[in-house]
Parts: sequence; C-alpha cells; structure tokens
Amino acid sequence: MENDKKELAVAALRNGTVIDHIPAQSLFKVVRLLDVENLTSSVTIGYNLDSKLIGKKGILKVADVFFPIETLNRLAIIVPNVNINEIRDYKVARKFKVTLPDEVVGIVKCNNPKCITNNEPMKTRFHVVDSQNGTLCCHYCERLVTKDEIVLK
Amino acid sequence: MKNDSLVSISDFTKEEMLELLDDMRYFEANPNRNLLQGKVAATLFFEPSTRTRLSFETAVNRLGGKVIGFSDAATTSSSKGETLKDTIMMVNNYVDLIIMRHHLEGAARYASEVSRVPIINAGDGANQHPSQTMLDLYSIYKTQGRLDNLTITMVGDLKYGRTVHSLIMAMHYFNPTFNFVAADELQMPEQYKEFCREHGIRYTETADFSADVINRSDIIYMTRVQRERFTDLMEYEKVKNLYNLHNSMLDGSKENLRILHPLPRVNEISTDVDDNPKAYYFQQAQNGLYARQAIICKVLGIKLNKEE
Repeated sequence: MENDKKELAVAALRNGTVIDHIPAQSLFKVVRLLDVENLTSSVTIGYNLDSKLIGKKGILKVADVFFPIETLNRLAIIVPNVNINEIRDYKVARKFKVTLPDEVVGIVKCNNPKCITNNEPMKTRFHVVDSQNGTLCCHYCERLVTKDEIVLK
Repeated sequence: MKNDSLVSISDFTKEEMLELLDDMRYFEANPNRNLLQGKVAATLFFEPSTRTRLSFETAVNRLGGKVIGFSDAATTSSSKGETLKDTIMMVNNYVDLIIMRHHLEGAARYASEVSRVPIINAGDGANQHPSQTMLDLYSIYKTQGRLDNLTITMVGDLKYGRTVHSLIMAMHYFNPTFNFVAADELQMPEQYKEFCREHGIRYTETADFSADVINRSDIIYMTRVQRERFTDLMEYEKVKNLYNLHNSMLDGSKENLRILHPLPRVNEISTDVDDNPKAYYFQQAQNGLYARQAIICKVLGIKLNKEE
C-alpha cells in the first residue's frame, strides 16, 4: 500500500505523455529538450523521487500532449534508456524507448570555442558516430563530443 | 554538397587521391597550362599565410586565370561584424572559385554549404588543410617511389598540428606504420589513435626522439609548435624547444629517409640539416604549386588532356 500512496503523490493522467525513471540529474535537460516551458496544458514535474532502479529519479507528466517522435528522439542524446508512456483514458496505450537519430541538428552546443557554430548565427549539426555510447561528431569542426560532455544550446 | 568543394581530405576516395597525384605529376612537367582562361578565383585569407596564399595565387596565374582577394581580414567588412555567410554570399557573385583560410574550425564546411561556387579549404583553424596533405602525399610518393608499407615518424606538435592529422587520414589506405614523437602536452589526440586502431594501422608513441626511431623511419615529418594555437602561453613556453633535429642525428638513418616539414620552420630543424640530401622540405613546398593546380582543376571539373 506504501507504493500506491507514492504513486498517488503524482496525479494520474487521463490522456497524455508520461516519462518515468529519468535520472534526476537529467530531468531539467529533458524539460528543456521538450520545450515544456511553452506548453499550455497541465504539466507535473517530479524531482529527486526515490527509485529502486536508479536511486534518485525524475518524472514528467504532460496532459493532453503526444509529442512527435522526432522530438522525443532528441531525448536519446541525454537519456538513452528512458521509457515513453502514452496514456489514453488512464491506460498505457503505447510504451516505447527513444532511438538516437543519425544526425542531431540545432539542439547541442559544440564544445570547441573555435568552432564556426559558436561564432556565426547558425544551427549546430552533429553526426552520431557511436550510438552505443552516445558520441557525437561536429559536422563542422569535426570535434568529438561524448555523452557526458553534451551541453544543450 | 551543393558543389564540388574540397573541405577535408576525407572528401576524397583513394582513387581520387591517386588520380590527383597523377595530375600533380602532369603539372610538374607542364606548369603553365591555359586551363582557367576567363575565370576568376577569390583568395579569402581571414588568417595570415605566406606559402599557401602565394602558391594558390601562383597556381591560378600559371593556369591562366585571374585572382582577387584579401590577405588580412582586418581590412574587410568582417572586422565590422559581417558574418562569414554574408561575405561568401557576396563574393560568390563575382567569382568562379573561392579559396579560403579562416581561423575558425568548420568555417570552410559552412562556407561550402552556403556558396554556389566551389570552396577550397586552405586551412580552417586547427582542423583541415587538404591541399597541404596532397602535397605531402606527393612528396612522399616522389621520394619513396611508392606510398605502401612506409614507416612515418611524426615529431613535435601532434595535438594541434592539423597537417599530421590529415596525413594519417590520407595514408590509412596504404598500410603505414606511424611513430608519434611528442611531449605529453602535445600528444596525438585519442580520436586519431582510435582511427588508427580501427583501421589496423600500427603506431608507437614516445616522448623520446631517439636514434632508434630515426633509423627505422622512411619519412620524418617534423612540425612547428604553433604559438597561435595555444590559449595558455605558459604551456607554449614549456614545450616550444623540446624537439630539434640536427644533422648528426641522421648518421645512422636509412638511405631513402627524407625529412619533411610543412614550413614555416623556426628551430625544430637545425640549418645544418638543409644541405643534407635527405632534407626535402624546400622541394616539398615547391610541390605545393602542383598540388594546388591539380586541386583547382578538379573542383572546377576541368579535365586534363595529358596526351597533348
């Protein structure tokens, strides 16, 4: 019953998207990548919740929004193993993992201060060179960015 | 890509590289060919350079084309804050070809995406300098009679030195063995060592520029420690004089050994090496002209009639 109470601490969703088991340190990056700030529907963000699986976790519940798959796949850059749950009429209608795209455009900053992308008004562009470890290669300066070094624009 | 720009040596296949080497041999025998008549090339040098700019401009002139351009960004609108894109969009209305050097890495790739005319990258920061690589390849080929199975020792600044990085990329088709000789601060970046491992290329790494390494080499590729690549000048002072090559160090070296250097040299090769027949760096610079003639014709789609 203890567990049930914890679940209830976060409101149940009738329709919308639930992303659970987000490592706590990545939660706000997820919030940014999905541009949650500019949504008008109700959003519940849980932070530093206890998780048996990953220690401290974050959870994001967005009512009445089903994100396009391209938007969700951006999350693979920082939380490659996260589960997406689409809820319809209180039930999980679809549950899936995100997949890293071959190319990441306009969302990651290049860590090389001498890269053209940090000095011109332009979009960044990275090729995913190692999808296992989430390593990106800047299309312009050819510098590698590992998953832990990723800074969002 | 929108056009046939040359940004990185990895834009070329092995076949294209071999074809270019053949074209370079043709231009060495026939340096003056009227292949660019009526064409104008722009040399946009946002960062200073002597050799590269002069040899590109000589190449255009010897091919019968005309050159416009600048060699100092301070005299252009980029000093007023004009973006690179705007500069390229303007210049590509005037010319058939843009040859550019820029201090920012990736500048040439970006320019090639916005330009309607081909871009030749004449160096983008510490990133790529493909015409240098082609002249290095040609120098190796000419002095050794082959590209396959050579032992190449790279010395000096292997961290920021773009010429050594590109040479690894270009040589990987030819089963080389590399010796990387550098101080801890200037070692070959992991990315390129990983590239070697992936392609089954043997390499050794040492901080000791010993007789043993020298005597095993077919090519010694010396590099200058480039002050302009350092953000921390203390670091530069620590490493600038670590590796100097003197004539006496070549006593036990192989007969076919040749010393290459992309130039300018400061003191990493002592002047007493210059008269040694194994010194090849000045001829190497001369090969730059043929490399640039061949590259210009390639990006403009000009076919050479070698039978003439």
